[in-house]
Amino acid sequence: MIRPHRSHPLWFAFILHRISGVALALFLPVHFWVLSLALTSPERLDGFLHWTDITAVKIAEFALVFLLAVHLCGGLRLMALEWLPWSPRQKTLAAGAVGVSVLISGTFFLQAI
Amino acid sequence: MTSTAKTLDVSVWRSNDTGGAFQAFAVPIQESQTILDVVAWIQQNEDPTLAYRFACRVGMCGSCAMMVNGKPRWTCRTHVQKVISGNKIEIAPLRNLPVIKDLATDMDPFFDKWVKAEGVFHPSKTRDDAIEQIDPTSHERTEADIGIECINCSICYAACDAVSTTEDYLGPAALNRAWTLFNDAKDSGKQTILDAVSANGGCHSCHSMGSCAEACPNELNPMASIAGLKRETAKAFFARRKS
Repeated sequence: MIRPHRSHPLWFAFILHRISGVALALFLPVHFWVLSLALTSPERLDGFLHWTDITAVKIAEFALVFLLAVHLCGGLRLMALEWLPWSPRQKTLAAGAVGVSVLISGTFFLQAI
Repeated sequence: MTSTAKTLDVSVWRSNDTGGAFQAFAVPIQESQTILDVVAWIQQNEDPTLAYRFACRVGMCGSCAMMVNGKPRWTCRTHVQKVISGNKIEIAPLRNLPVIKDLATDMDPFFDKWVKAEGVFHPSKTRDDAIEQIDPTSHERTEADIGIECINCSICYAACDAVSTTEDYLGPAALNRAWTLFNDAKDSGKQTILDAVSANGGCHSCHSMGSCAEACPNELNPMASIAGLKRETAKAFFARRKS
C-alpha cells in the first residue's frame, strides 16, 4: 500500500521513473543478447522471432515500448526540473505545451495507421 | 465523520525505552478543534504522562509537528475536520527522527545537519563597515526570499524518503537554508556552502520525490532550492576544471 505521505503526483512520477528504469535495466541485456544471435546463431534468432507471434509476447512488447516512453519522458521531466530554473507558471505552460503536442501528433499518427 | 458522533476515535503512539504501541482514546468533539487541541485534551484529562512538544500554538515556532493519519503536519494549525478519516485520527511522532517518548522526537539530528550543510550565516563585514545595500528586486534576493519563511518544523524532513534511506542525507530543510544563504549578498561563505552541500549526503542525494514541497506547511519548495544547489555545484565543478 502506498503510505499517505507519498500519495501525491510528484512521488508517483518518481516511482514510475524508478520502476521503468529498473525494468529496462533488466530487459536491455536480454535484448542485446537476442540481437547478438543475428551474428552468432541466425537459426536460433529465427526461432526466437517466431515466438513474437504469440499474443502474450506482443503485449509484453507493448509494455516494453511503454516503459521506454515513460522512462524517456520521466528523464526529460527530471532534467527540466533540476536544470532549468523555471517558475511554477513556466513549468505548467511547458507541461501543457507537451500535452497539446502529444495530442496533435497522436491524432495524425492514428490517422496514418 | 458521522453527524451523530460525539467523540473522536484517537490512536496515539505511546512509547518508552523498550518499545511502543498505539493507545486508543475517545476525545470529545469541539468546534474548530485542532490536532494539538486533541493531544492537549488527552494529556490534561486522560493521561498526564503523555509526552509531546508545542510552544506558540499559532504556526510560528515549528515545535508541534507530528504524523497525523500518516502525514507529517503542524498540529496547531491542522483542523480535525480537515484530516479526519471515518471519525478516526492516528497521531504518531515524526518519521525519520529518534523518539524520546510518545510524540516527542529528538530534533538533534535535524539541527546538526543544518550546521553540516553550512546553514549558518558567514558574516563578511564588521560593525565598523557600512551596511550592505540590498536590491530587493535582484535575482539572488528573490531566490533567497522564496525560501526564508522556513520555521524549522522538520515536516519536510519527516516526509522525505531520501532521508529514510540515506543516513547522512542532510535533508530538505538544511539544504533549503543553505540555498537561501548562498543567495544572500551579505553571506561570504558561498564556496563553503557549495563544498558542504556537494559532499556525500548533500544535495545530490535528493531524488526529487517532491514530498518536502507537498508537505511544507508554509508552502515552500525545498526541492526547487535543492535543484538550485545542484545547478550551482555543477557549475562550480566545471568552472574548477576549466581553470
